[in-house]
This record gives sequence, C-alpha cells and structure tokens, in this order.
Amino acid sequence: MATERRILQLNVNGDDYEVVCASNTTLLEALREKALLTGTKRGCDLGACGACTVLMDGEAILSCVTLAVDAVDSEIRTIEGISEGGELSPLQQSFVDHGALQCGFCSPGFVMSATELLAENPSPTRAEIQRRLAGNLCRCTGYVKIVEAVEAVAATAEGGAA
Amino acid sequence: MKTMNVVGRRVPMHDAAAKITGQAQFTDDLTLPGMLFGKMVRSTVPHARIVSIDTSAARALPGVKGILTGQDIPDRVYGIVPKAKDEHALARDKVRYIGDEVAAVVAVDQETADEAARLVIVLYDELPAVFDPLDAIKEGAPLVHDHVPNNTSAQIRKEFGDLARGFAESDYVFEDSFYSQAVNHAPMEPHAALASYDALNGDFTIWTATQIPYFLKRNLATTMGVPENKVRVIKPKVGGGFGQKIDMYSKDFCACWFARELGRPVKFVYDREEVFQCTRQRHPMYITVKTGVDKEGKILAQEIVAHADGGAYNSTAPLMITLSCFFVMIPYRIENLVYEGYHVYTNKPVGGAMRGHGIPQPRFAIERQIDLIAERIGVDAVEMRLKNAIHAHDEHPAGFIINTCGFAESVQTAADAIGWEEKRGKLPFGRGVGLAGAAFPSGVANMNNLASASVVQLMREGRVNVLSGAADIGQGAETVICQIVAEQVGVPMEDVHITAADTGLCPLDAGTFGSGVTVRAGNAAMAAANDVRAQLFDFVAGELDVTPDELDAADRRVFVRAEPGRGISLSDALHQYQYSGRPLPIVGRGSWVPPSTSPTTLLTENGNLSPNYSFMTQAAEVDIDLETGKVRVVKMLTAHDCGQPINPMLVEGQLEGSIMGGMGQALY
Repeated sequence: MATERRILQLNVNGDDYEVVCASNTTLLEALREKALLTGTKRGCDLGACGACTVLMDGEAILSCVTLAVDAVDSEIRTIEGISEGGELSPLQQSFVDHGALQCGFCSPGFVMSATELLAENPSPTRAEIQRRLAGNLCRCTGYVKIVEAVEAVAATAEGGAA
Repeated sequence: MKTMNVVGRRVPMHDAAAKITGQAQFTDDLTLPGMLFGKMVRSTVPHARIVSIDTSAARALPGVKGILTGQDIPDRVYGIVPKAKDEHALARDKVRYIGDEVAAVVAVDQETADEAARLVIVLYDELPAVFDPLDAIKEGAPLVHDHVPNNTSAQIRKEFGDLARGFAESDYVFEDSFYSQAVNHAPMEPHAALASYDALNGDFTIWTATQIPYFLKRNLATTMGVPENKVRVIKPKVGGGFGQKIDMYSKDFCACWFARELGRPVKFVYDREEVFQCTRQRHPMYITVKTGVDKEGKILAQEIVAHADGGAYNSTAPLMITLSCFFVMIPYRIENLVYEGYHVYTNKPVGGAMRGHGIPQPRFAIERQIDLIAERIGVDAVEMRLKNAIHAHDEHPAGFIINTCGFAESVQTAADAIGWEEKRGKLPFGRGVGLAGAAFPSGVANMNNLASASVVQLMREGRVNVLSGAADIGQGAETVICQIVAEQVGVPMEDVHITAADTGLCPLDAGTFGSGVTVRAGNAAMAAANDVRAQLFDFVAGELDVTPDELDAADRRVFVRAEPGRGISLSDALHQYQYSGRPLPIVGRGSWVPPSTSPTTLLTENGNLSPNYSFMTQAAEVDIDLETGKVRVVKMLTAHDCGQPINPMLVEGQLEGSIMGGMGQALY
C-alpha cells in the first residue's frame, strides 16, 4: 500500500524547499513536517478552525485541506515570513499591545487572515474584519481584543500615519 | 497603599512576541532525532468485553515498530484524584465507551502508524450499555465498572439548618427540573505528548500538553513502575486547556512506554475527533431544585438533587460533585439547605474539570429558577437576588470564610449597565435582558500537595531568573509571576526571565486549576522575590548606613524610602555585593500553601475550601429571530469582583474568553 512519493519544490517565504511528498500530502504536512516550519498550526485537520491559514499567492487558504502538490507553482507565505528581520509587523505588534492573544495557538492563523485583509483593504470596517476572521477560531480571547487589534491597525492606515 | 510600578499594569504577555511570530513551541512542534509516531486503536462499541486483539496484520506493515495492548501493561490505575483512580492507559478486559483505548501502535511516520492502527482487529463481546445517568442508577442497569453498584462512583449529601421547617414557613414552594448538556472545552491545540528515555540512567523525559506537570509526573511514575525522580515532565507552550488537560491520558503513558521499549523518542498527537470524543467534557447534569420563599422573595429553604453523567471513568468525580455542592451555598445566603449529588458512570465520553468545574450546572438551574419564581410571585428578579445575596463575613453553612464579597455590588452594577429598569419586560416581543450571579474559588485548598514553590535568582548583571512550577496554558500565569517578581525586586519586566513547569528544574507546584495559579504560584514567587529583596536590602542598608526596613527598590535602584534621592543603582549594589565577598547570584526561595485549617476532603467534612472567593454577575441583552429561533447576543457584560488585578489586560482576556465559552454552552 506504500504510496508513491516524489520530490516537490515549494517556494515558502521566498526560499525554495525540496520536500518528499505523497500525492495526498497536504500543504500543512509539507510545511510542518518536511520544511519544519511549525509556526503554522494543526488545530483540526478538517478545514474548520483556521489555525493552518497561510497565504498562497497572497490569498489566505487553509493549508490542511490544500494538497502540497497544488502549491508547487505558487508563492507560499507563512507566519515565519511575516516578521522577517526580527521586527514584528504593525499587525503583530497590535495583537501584542491589545492582548489579542492568550495561548497563541490560533494566533498565526489570525495574523495570516488579517494580513490578507489589510493588504486588500487597508481600512476595513469592524463588520468587514469580523466577517473576514469568521473562519478563524479562538477559544481563549473571546475575539473582542483580536478585532480591536486589527481595527487599530486599520485606523492607523486610515489616518495615513505609518 | 503603595504605588506599584509593574503590578496592576497592562503588560503584554512576556511570550507574546514568540506566540505571534509562530516561534513559540507547542508539543507537536517538537522533533527529536529518530522520533517515532504513535496512534491509538480505540473502541468502536460503547460497552463490551474484549475477546481478542489480532495485531498480526499491523505488525506485518513495513515501518511499524511496536504495538501495545492492555494485556501487555501492568495492572496499575491512574487518575487525577488519588482516591478515585479507575483508568488504565489501555483497556485490559473491557471497553466502556466508543473511543476507549484498546491498543497503541508506533511507526516510523504518522501515516504508517495510522494505517497500522486501522489494521488491528479487535473482537468484542458486546454488553448492554447505558447512556443516561437516571437509567444507570436503576436496579439491574448494566454496570460500567463491575465493582461499582448503581454506577454511582461518588456521592455527597449535605444538610444545613432545618429544611422541613424552612419549607413549612415558606409562603410558596416551587420545584423545577433542569438539564445541562455536555460541553467540550475544544482547546485549539490537540492533546500531544513526546517522550524520550535515557537507557543508561533510566530517566524519562516527557514534553506534554498538560495543566498539571507534577500530578502527571506522579501518575506516570506509578503506572510505569519507576520512582518519581526518574520522570521529568516538561510543559512546552500549551494551546489552551480550560480543565481538559488536567488529566493524564493514554498518550502520556504510551509515549513513555514505547520510548523505553524501543529506545527512541515517541510522539503521540490526538486528532480533533479524539479531542472531542476521547478526552473530557463538562458533565451533563440533571438538577431538580425545590425552593421555599416568602412573599418578598427571601429564600427560606432550598433542596437540590443533582445527577451528573460522568461517562465511563471518574476523572475528577469526587471533587467535581463536592464543588457542585459547596457552591450552591454562595453567592446566596440560604439557612436551610440540602444538596444531594451523584456522579454516575455511563457508557459515554468522560466528564472532567472544565472552567467552573461542576458549578455552572446547578448555578444555571438555580438562577433560572430565581427568574421563574420572581415572575410567579411578582417580585423583581434583581431585587430577589439582592435580598438573598451573601455578604462579607456572613456565616457560610459549610464553613467557607468569606473575607471580601462584592456580590451585591456586582448584581447592581450589572443591572444598571444592561439597563434593567428600562428594559426588563419592556422590550418588543423577541428581545430581552437577563442576568445571573455566581461565585467561584480562587485557589482550591482542600486537598493535599497543593503547595507551590519558587526560586528567584538575582544575577550579577541584574538579570532576574525565576523558577516556578506554574503551568501557563495561555492564561498568562508566567507573565503575572514575572510582574510580581519585578515589582518586589524593583526591576522592569524585561529584566525578569522565567523557567516554568519543568519538573526536573522547577520546584513543586499544584498545577493549573481552580482559578488558583496566581494565588498559589504568585504568592510563592512573591515570597522568593522578597527573600532576594531582604538579602539585597540587608547589604545595601550597611552601605547607606540605614536599616533594611527603611529601603525600597524600583527602576533598578535601591533607595531610602523617605529620601528617594539617597540610593544606589542595582548594578552598583551588585558590583559591591560581589566585591564584599558575598556569594552570587542572590538566591531567594519561597513557598506557599493554603491555610492549613482546611480538612483534607469536603466530601465527608465541612470547612473552608479556598483561601479566596470571587463573585460575579453577568447580564445579557438578546434578540431572538422569531422564525428560526436563532438567538443573537446584542450585548453581554460581566461585573466581577476579582480582587486586585495583577494585569488588567489579562483579567479582561479571561472574562471575555469565558463569556464566549459560556455563550457557546448556553446557545449551542
């Protein structure tokens, strides 16, 4: 029953990774277990919780229900690619300052979803933020501070300040 | 009161950056060389004798390294409550619910382990099963554990005052029945464990998603048959627990077992279905409340009978039913009271500790009945709550010592904030406001081994290292402890570094439960920090020619309190300390145990359960879609007497998170 495996080349955060994958290896498995980029989390493995959210060509996707083979010709961005150079992104800093994280397990997924939103729309309304983050579950914070953290960054963008 | 520099501030979690960048490591993020992967084989039937387990096909699969069944392991039970242990890591002769662990498989990768687990063939002789506690207590019901009659594994009955007289003196007596359903904690991080074994010294190291490293160490040592000092439990970041990670699980035992047997590190990670089905849930409970009141709504007598659906094993059973009982006695003062509670086995997923732990179920029933009674006798429900509220220094029937109590204030604050006067009963059909009160311990004290200890080291360069046993599961325990230490040593947060929840390095701690970590581990850390402070002040006092009690410390400076300009920088103080021939680092130790007046078990005795109690009222305005019945929460607020918040931002986070959890329980 051994599944046929082949070497896939994945571009993650601008780096090329050669990973040995079966045809049914998910992008989440490839990232976590082959590339050892463990910032992307496995919460449900069913496409239900959003903890595995990454950006594929700028679009937020669930890596646990995406096949690694389907990511081959794309640019993947994970949480490890958000704070390059050791600097928190303004969004990440806002999460920290607002207490918008507790256990931190869902946080990378939230950052990815909100990063996508802010790239598309730098000043979303509260309703737009809530709608976009509806696919990310958090069991600790009750969401209030997460929405506030994203809103604060959106307000900064609106005001034109850096 | 002294102004504080770090305590009471909205300080971000010390590990917030690690978490928000994905660098924080949870158990499943860890990889060790040569690591193997495990998978459980679980029962597919609710109640059966195991006839045979055929592992030959699984063993023949390339990459499979080991298979374990219940017959292969010692007959040693475990459980979080010492007197209620009833679990084996793998079923020995009988399975008791769908999901019960029957065997464990380890292979070179997860895919192979999963496939091998599917190839294990278990033959069952199915037994009649029971799924409802009220059925399970009937004569002739199937016995989930053969030696436990009526499936009742824990029970409590407490009687205070004169119930019959109370009912006789009441103007009205009402009896209502309620049911509270199962709820899963669903922490975002599925349960996981990674174990390694040192064959030369016989030492186990296990990295595991747990709330109770030290209890787990003891349970692992007992079941593995090794001394406790051979087991080192390390808690990496834990992705939420809410009570579900208070128990030891099969993955912990099996990871250790295989690590020793195979000489390679072994990791087990449960999938989401296993988290829902095979870990713990809030106990479903049937509750009947009989209440006698006078015309004004003063409660003269109350009788509560509760049957908790414990599922297949005990977990915290005696503690849960005890908490359930004792917390019907607050936040209201009821002179004549009876609580009768039963923890009943069924062939269902196991009940365990969950935020509130046995208390929300009767609280829901009682609060709901207060609303019903208020309506029936024409009394305002807020007034009725205020009329019956317990106050500080009131006598508690079972001996709780309530030194501070903001319950009445919380009722009034919540009522005002939700607009009770203007809105209750006055909003359009389908929209309404409601509120309910509650109380909870801060630090359960009625069991042994609930001590916490801490070591604080002040290093030559001014760095402060804290060792604490506290298990931060995301609530921010480590941050709060660092704040307390920073305040006492007089340094900013960034100078304080904590190593916690590693039983090989850190002193004893009880674990994370009963809303008690800040009380226990926080007090222990404060004692250790004060020890450092005393040694430092003792030295500096000589340098400044004052007495130690004239000194204070803040912002990396030690100075004379009455004359703040007269002082010495911490850096200079440590420099001189070193050259005075004194040993560095300055090491402080501290420990904390709850006041020792408490009895060891409240199941049969009475006493003060907790060193502190918190009181709260929560109010909601909701809107019901009259066609679909869907409830929309328009507004939710909580008025919470929480004492001195060490970090208001984290307190808010706890409250907001539990509001959301409560909404999940109430509405879905």
